Amino acid sequence: MIEIHPLVIFFASIFTNNMILSNFLGMCSFIAVSSEIKTSLSLGQAVTFVLATTSVLNYIVYYTILVPLGLEYLRFIVFIIVIAAFVQLVEMIIERYFESLYYSLGIFLPLITVNCAILGVSLFMIIREYNLIQSFAFGVGSGLGWTLAIVAMAGIRKKIMGAKIPKGLEGAGITLIITGIMALAFLGFSGIVQIQ
Amino acid sequence: MKEVIRVLKAGIYKDNPVFRQILGICSSLAVTNLLSNSFIMGVGLMFVTAFSSFTVSLIRVFTPKHIRMMVQTLIISAYVIILDIFLKAYMPDMSKALGPYVGLIITNCIIMGRAEAFAQNNKPFISFFDGLIMGLGYTLVLMSVAFVRELLGFGTLFGIQIMPESWVNWTLMIMPPGAFFMIGIVIWVTARLFPKEEEQKGGAKA
Repeated sequence: MIEIHPLVIFFASIFTNNMILSNFLGMCSFIAVSSEIKTSLSLGQAVTFVLATTSVLNYIVYYTILVPLGLEYLRFIVFIIVIAAFVQLVEMIIERYFESLYYSLGIFLPLITVNCAILGVSLFMIIREYNLIQSFAFGVGSGLGWTLAIVAMAGIRKKIMGAKIPKGLEGAGITLIITGIMALAFLGFSGIVQIQ
Repeated sequence: MKEVIRVLKAGIYKDNPVFRQILGICSSLAVTNLLSNSFIMGVGLMFVTAFSSFTVSLIRVFTPKHIRMMVQTLIISAYVIILDIFLKAYMPDMSKALGPYVGLIITNCIIMGRAEAFAQNNKPFISFFDGLIMGLGYTLVLMSVAFVRELLGFGTLFGIQIMPESWVNWTLMIMPPGAFFMIGIVIWVTARLFPKEEEQKGGAKA
């Protein structure tokens, strides 16, 4: 396949192939958390950090252990274990050194494990046959793109707090409609960079 | 029998995982541009939810409380791997079309949610049934979203041309924003059709 420059992957995963807005990954925490800008930002940071690290870790595990042994089909289980272990580690570090952050993120940290975006990035990078640097760029870019979307969402949600929303559409419904409009706006970026 | 009916009601509309609990949207939207994709995805999810609920419930007595999450994840992953291998072997085209989204069933919150909320405290067979019905509720929503998206976006249903020649495809519908709008509308419609019970009571009083 054609070599794609890591920078292209980086920008594409933020703008044109945004994890939430074009791949629908990481929606659960996106809907639940995105009502406070500060919390969203710290969750975004945590996700970016975990994504950047786990994409590299999973890459190494996949190509040095699973492929030589012919155990590619076990990748789901292995990836999720790597991610879970790593999130546990991050949680312990945050709890120890950043207590206020720990309380504001609360129960959402363990949820990062089941954040589809994290596993999604690892699976995408295998399917698209990225090399190590490309995978890292993809991980960081996806994390930043996710953060961008969730922070923008928190801002919009704050603005519409007092707005009159049709009955039945409050909460998740309106969030999804707004996400749709955001995705429309992000379609404007398509054509700048393109990855598949 | 009463139990069965209660589970049935809960899964289809009372506690429908998608529009009531807003769970599992992550991996569901990406495959809803075609009915056939959504159907396979839905059936796959039913299989995984049912069997993982069954297994979790079966070993619930022996599982130490503090590592149960890990155990549940492993059980779910095992079934997803079976599903993935099955799809690769018997439906290679479908497996390619669904891509990483088969693997992402693991992180679908519905399965974990059912394992935690139901299977952990109930007998194996009713848990199996609960998982099956929750999966069915999910499939129904997925199919209804896919129905509109495929009809408007491609003019087809299950790949068969439905719309007349003069029909102009709504490209927007097969692109990501279409999925967001559709699921938003589904949540809206269902919230009006089946109002929550507290609301009904409140309404009656007023």
